[in-house]
Amino acid sequence: MSRRRVVVTGLGATTPIGGDVTASWSALLAGTSGVRNLTEEWAQSLPVHFAARVATEPAEQMERVELRRLDRSEQFALIASREAWKDAGSPEIDKERLGVVIASGIGGVTTLLDQYDILREKGARLVSPHTVPMLMPNGPAANVGLELQARAGVHTPVSACASGAEAIGYALEMIRNDRADIVVSGGVEAAIHAMPMSGFAAMKALSTRNDEPQRASRPYDLNRDGFVLGEGGGILVLEEYEHALARGAKIYCEIAGQGLTSDGYHIAAPDPDGAGVQRAVKFALRDSGLSTKDIVHLNAHATSTPAGDVAEANALRAALGTDADHVAVSATKSMTGHLLGGAGAIESVFIVKTLQDRLAPPTINIDDLDPAVTVDVVRDRPRPLPSGDIAALNDSFGFGGHNVVLVFKSI
Amino acid sequence: MALAPADVLAGLKEIVEEVAGIPAASIELDKNFTDDLEVDSLSMVEVVVAAEERFGVKIPDEAVTDLATVGDAVNFIVNAAK
Repeated sequence: MSRRRVVVTGLGATTPIGGDVTASWSALLAGTSGVRNLTEEWAQSLPVHFAARVATEPAEQMERVELRRLDRSEQFALIASREAWKDAGSPEIDKERLGVVIASGIGGVTTLLDQYDILREKGARLVSPHTVPMLMPNGPAANVGLELQARAGVHTPVSACASGAEAIGYALEMIRNDRADIVVSGGVEAAIHAMPMSGFAAMKALSTRNDEPQRASRPYDLNRDGFVLGEGGGILVLEEYEHALARGAKIYCEIAGQGLTSDGYHIAAPDPDGAGVQRAVKFALRDSGLSTKDIVHLNAHATSTPAGDVAEANALRAALGTDADHVAVSATKSMTGHLLGGAGAIESVFIVKTLQDRLAPPTINIDDLDPAVTVDVVRDRPRPLPSGDIAALNDSFGFGGHNVVLVFKSI
Repeated sequence: MALAPADVLAGLKEIVEEVAGIPAASIELDKNFTDDLEVDSLSMVEVVVAAEERFGVKIPDEAVTDLATVGDAVNFIVNAAK
């Protein structure tokens, strides 16, 4: 039996530049920054006073009672999943053939910290009975699974900033392995809070460009000084190809393969040789049955950290060789900020739209391109992609040395 | 301090509406928390804690299992406050 093919039939997102996929995609093509000053009092005492909050507050998209039982990350997961499920045509499916794989890098951290404040100020009796289901990292996946009555399996891979991409890869395998015909997959994050921000700031991982927040996320620019924390999430409905054809579903593209490796190098720093990234690209291409010649676009991990962007670009150049010359590289975190466990998911949503419209989104805020960056970066305005069969890569890396590369191809 | 049953019912209606999103108008004395109002076990804990705060009474965990209907809760709270 030939291998089951997997296609994308639905998209959903809530991001710092839009409350849904359509709004996020137009803002992305227009080069809009979603980064803003944080007006909360706590933010003023931190070294970083800005972040990329979602463009549309969940309170505008959900009922009040639902909101109070869900961590913000779970709210994002439900909002984006409802959009994606509807976009997929709300398919009728045997629930034992429906799965959910939604990741988060940190989970319900704001719930944990808010309830800890209640514990200290008011005592154990006043701690919410919803605390544990709200803070558990599998909460976003579990709530979506419950709403859709998914019974093929509900999973949450956790690999820091690679989590969202890893979730989509896991979903791909669930369908290939015949455990499911449809899997709702993606990643979410809601960690804009004094505590995680202080932790990232202590690592010197965050940009401190407080006087120019919208220009702070500047992947590949010579004067980049760290990432900008973002929040939100992205969801893709993955479906077995014949199943999608049989129900007359709208098919965006195929998810053709994935490559997973680990660095074994450092808990937070990227391996400067990028050997793990190169192997992940190689495995992903082999898994897809494609060659470097087929790749025309890459939505890069490029978070705007001094070490990370160059290590990634070098690794891609090494993995793709001269074929890197025809790969249009976009660093969309220049607009969305870094959604940690949601990053690989919203960037996969963007790749699907890129293949659909054949337009690679821009990278903003590059005043002086770092000469050490040896890939072809799409700057300032979108770039048209060639006609015919094309394929694109999404790479995502996480603290811990996790490398994930996904391959999407036109159909 | 004595509490009037009507005041306790009105207070409970507000709490249940806030916690479980059930319109106050549909919350009546004979309604069962689980079967009629679909207040799940976690939300019931919230209702109990909020009622304790609001009415200044103690509702022990072993008593909660006996509070099947809104009327049961009103009676318990009125008696506990005497």
